[in-house]
Amino acid sequence: MKQKNRVAATTNWPLTILLIVGCLTVIFPLYMTIIIAFKKPSEMTNDIAGLLSLPKTWSLENFAEAMRVTDFWHSLGYSVMITIVTVVLAILIHSLAGYAIGRSMAKSRFYKVSYLYIVSGMFVPFAILMMPLVKQTAQMGVDNWFGVILCYLVFYMPMNVMLYTGYLKNIPIALEEAAFVDGATTWQTYWKVIFPIMSPMHATVAVLTALGTWNDVMTPLVIMSGTGANTLPLAQLTFQTQFGTNYNLAFASYLLALLPILVFYLICQKQIINGVVNGAVK
Amino acid sequence: MKKLSRNQTFLLITIPVLALFFCFNTLPLIKGLMYSFTNFKGFGSYDWVGFRNYADLFSDARVGKSYLFTFKFAVVATILTNVIALLLALGLNGKIRAKSALRGVYFVPRILGGLVVGYIFGYIFTYILPAVTGGSSMLSNTKTAWFAIVIVAAWQSIAQTTLIYISGLQTVPEDVYEAGAIDGATGWKSFKNLTFPLIIPFFSINLVLSMKDFLMVFDQIMAMTKGGPAQSTESISYLIYNNGMGGGQFGFQSANAVIFFIVIVAISVFQLNFTGKKEEQL
Repeated sequence: MKQKNRVAATTNWPLTILLIVGCLTVIFPLYMTIIIAFKKPSEMTNDIAGLLSLPKTWSLENFAEAMRVTDFWHSLGYSVMITIVTVVLAILIHSLAGYAIGRSMAKSRFYKVSYLYIVSGMFVPFAILMMPLVKQTAQMGVDNWFGVILCYLVFYMPMNVMLYTGYLKNIPIALEEAAFVDGATTWQTYWKVIFPIMSPMHATVAVLTALGTWNDVMTPLVIMSGTGANTLPLAQLTFQTQFGTNYNLAFASYLLALLPILVFYLICQKQIINGVVNGAVK
Repeated sequence: MKKLSRNQTFLLITIPVLALFFCFNTLPLIKGLMYSFTNFKGFGSYDWVGFRNYADLFSDARVGKSYLFTFKFAVVATILTNVIALLLALGLNGKIRAKSALRGVYFVPRILGGLVVGYIFGYIFTYILPAVTGGSSMLSNTKTAWFAIVIVAAWQSIAQTTLIYISGLQTVPEDVYEAGAIDGATGWKSFKNLTFPLIIPFFSINLVLSMKDFLMVFDQIMAMTKGGPAQSTESISYLIYNNGMGGGQFGFQSANAVIFFIVIVAISVFQLNFTGKKEEQL
């Protein structure tokens, strides 16, 4: 509270105004996307005033057409399903792995090596896994959305396991011992005591994993290609040729692709920002 | 049902997780290494060629060009991102109004997908900027196209980098500045001698994170230039994808990917050691 009063007392107005003007760098591309998405091709002129003016009518025609051309609802469905399943499984599996490894690391060489083995996966670029993974997922019959989820569970494992084991260091083992005395097994103790305590870390893991999977193009591009299914970003790439030079249609489609995450950000802005920062700093 | 001991429970968790990780990380890595010693086209039969691919890599002009582009891009983008983000963070941490709203706006680029952002900026570079400047598009010129990609990548990356710097600046207690001010340290002097040394850990996190992301650049290139004009913006990831998946160079690009992997590991280790030492000195 003390600090707040001091800030209010001496607001740096030039700086505030400068920063507000600077927001244009973020807002301008979004503004442009919105107006082009609503305009008709005949409203597009090559002079700057024509490029940036508001549309004459706010018609939803372009959006309806974009939804039809890009098979929007199916792509959205795949994106939502892949993201949700990945996030839920990541929270369950990676936290369990983080728990088992984190609690045994100090005593056992096997777990110490397992930890280093998994975390070192962080340095492996997707480019080297890409080509063999395409062959492998095809051989295993998972060259589809399910294979994409399996890949994500592995790609995000190094970061998430590291975050969970790090967080676990601050949870005293005495909490578990109380449950053991009552006759609970390790498994029960984990779900009743440890899993709920790790909620802040679940939020961080959920945010980072969700942002990564939702926006990823490369993995579904190489693994799901040929199944006819698209995720939302992948659909923009797949249907690029069908947009042709109809930029209004293309931008309506881009806006539709950005809208879900923007709405989500408006609702849980604080959690998303905290998640991203915590994930990087810890 | 027999009760499992704590160690048994941990093993039952860890072994399947390790198996999954091995299957989708280590196994493709080994296969990639194996393919790099073959002349595999991606289909049909293939022969072992020993180190031929590696020897060819170093004399291949296109591969050399992609490494030059990727490094030039990554270094310039890392510097640009960190300079702007640090300035922005100092501003956003200053005595300003609407602090959280401004932070919220500047964070938006982080949540958007690179591909769609690439398409939107592609339009800005192709139509809007030339309409303003009267010149031709940055993207059609081999000398400027790479910098257009830098701008887009930095635009997205600055969001997260800034937030990490802000969380760093918040760890600097107010009395440090007050004590500094008594000794006459204000403005640049105060930043150089007081603030910056205290946020060096955050500086190193940002350097490592942004450099690694930029070295793997793919989405923006896919959306804006597809490696052109005249292969002047072909990143290593894009080249591996393009020629390895569709260009019949599965074996050769696997060798490229192995070298790329080694380069990433070397840079990460170097950066961690280098910034780690700097922290110790302070």
